[in-house]
Amino acid sequence: MRKWENIGDKTIPLLFIFIILVFWQLIVDGGIIARYILPSPYDVVVVCIKIIPDIKEHIWTTLQEALIGLVVAIALSVILAVLMDNFTLLKKAIQPLLVVSQTIPVMVLAPLFAMWFGFDMLPKIMVVILVCFFPIVVNLLEGLNSLDQDLLNLMKSMKASRWHIFSLAKFPASLGSFFSGLKIAATYSIIGAVIGEWMGGKSGLGVYMTRVRQSFALDKVFASILIIIVLSLLLFEIIELIQYLAMPWRRAIK
Amino acid sequence: MPIIEDVSFYLDQNEFVTLIGPSGCGKSTIFNMIAGIVPVEEGKVFIDGRDCTGEVGQVSYMYQKDLLLPWKKVIDNTILPLIIKGESVREARKKVIPYLKLFGLEGFEYKYPFQLSGGMRQRAALLRTYMFSKDIVLLDEPFGGLDAITRSKMQSWLLEVIEKVKASVLFVTHDIEEAIYLSDRIYVLTERPARIKEEVAIHLPRPREREIVTTTQFNRIKRHILLNLS
Repeated sequence: MRKWENIGDKTIPLLFIFIILVFWQLIVDGGIIARYILPSPYDVVVVCIKIIPDIKEHIWTTLQEALIGLVVAIALSVILAVLMDNFTLLKKAIQPLLVVSQTIPVMVLAPLFAMWFGFDMLPKIMVVILVCFFPIVVNLLEGLNSLDQDLLNLMKSMKASRWHIFSLAKFPASLGSFFSGLKIAATYSIIGAVIGEWMGGKSGLGVYMTRVRQSFALDKVFASILIIIVLSLLLFEIIELIQYLAMPWRRAIK
Repeated sequence: MPIIEDVSFYLDQNEFVTLIGPSGCGKSTIFNMIAGIVPVEEGKVFIDGRDCTGEVGQVSYMYQKDLLLPWKKVIDNTILPLIIKGESVREARKKVIPYLKLFGLEGFEYKYPFQLSGGMRQRAALLRTYMFSKDIVLLDEPFGGLDAITRSKMQSWLLEVIEKVKASVLFVTHDIEEAIYLSDRIYVLTERPARIKEEVAIHLPRPREREIVTTTQFNRIKRHILLNLS
C-alpha cells in the first residue's frame, strides 16, 4: 500500500467526494429519483451561481452574525479560561455549568432568544456565542493545563512572576489547543447563525432557507447548504492561516 | 518514611561536587529543596553562611530535560532568566551574544530548539542556566538523556566551560565514571531514605584529558565507589 502514502493529503478525500457526486448525478439523471425530490449536483451548482447575486444580503447578514458571535465567544472564552486556570475554586464552580450549557438543545433556545431579544441580529449572535464558546474554553483550559510541571518549577526557581509564567510559558504552550478549539468553533459559527435565523427575522441564509423550503424549491435549499459549507470551510481556512502566522515554530517542524 | 535522612554536605567556591546514588534515591528532591521549589520539613540550606531554606532564586538550576521553550528561538531561550528579571529583549540579547561561542551555539542562535540535536539543546539549556548568573549551579543529570558518545563529548566540553566561567557546581548523576571524571568530591548516597554513605575526594589533576578514565588511579576510585554503591 506504500504507493497510496505518496499521494498528497488532499487527493484521496477529493477523489472520494468526486465519486459520490458522480454517483448522485447519475441517480438523478437516470430518473431513479425525481428531480423535484433530489436536485442533481450540477443543478445545485447552477442554481447557486444564479441566486448568489439575489441573496448577497442574506449571506452578508449570516456572515456578520457568525463573525461577531465568534469574536465575542473568543473574547469571553479567553477571559473565562484564564480566570478558571488561575482560581481553582472558580474552575470547580463553573466547569459543570459549562458542560450543562452544551446539553441544552439549541433548537429550543433559539426561539426563546428570539422572544427575549427580538428579531434582529442579537438573538442570532447569542446562539453563535453559545455554540462557539464551549469548544474554545475547553480546549484552552486543557492547553493551559498542559504545561510541563518541570518547566513550571524551573520558572519558579528563576523567581518568575505569575505574569511571566503565564505569558512566557503557559499561554504559548496552550496555543495549539486554543487553535484546535477555534477551528471547531469557526465551523460551528455559521450553522449557529443559520439556526438562529430559522426562528424568524428579516434577513439571513436561515431566513432564506425557510422561505425556499416552504415553496418547495429544493434546488435552492441545496444551494443554500452549499453556500453554508463554503462559508464554514472558508472560516476554517482563515483560522488555519492565522495559526500558521501566529505559531512560526510549528512551520519549521515540518 | 522520610525521603532523605541526615544528609549534610557542603560545596566550596569553584568546586565541582557530585551526589551519586541509585535512581530514585532522592537526589532530585535534595536539589529541589536547595532551589526552594519543594518545602523542607527538616534541616536547613545555607549559602555564604546565610539561611536560605525555602528561598527561590538563589541558585541556577538545570534539569535532565532541556526544558527549552519550543516557541522561542535558541537565543531567546538563553535569555529567559534576564527577561524574567525584567530586562528588555534587546538588552538581554546583547548580553548573551559573547557567550554563544563559548557554549558552542554560534550559528544556531536563530534556530528553534527542535531543530537542534540533543547535545546542542543541552548546551543551550546550560547557557540559559548560566545566564541566571548565580554563583552556585545545580545540574541534575544534564546528560542523562544523551547517547554515550555525545555524552562523553559533553562532559569534556562542560569541564572546559566551567574552567573558563568559574562556577561552583553541584552535580547529580548515577553514572560513576561521569562523576569521577568531572568532580573534585563525590558524595555517595544510599537508597531511600537517602543517607550519605561516603565522601570521596578525587585527587586527579586538572585540566583532565578524556584518557584519564583509563588510568589505574581512575579505575581504583571507580572500583571503590562501585563496591560501595552495591
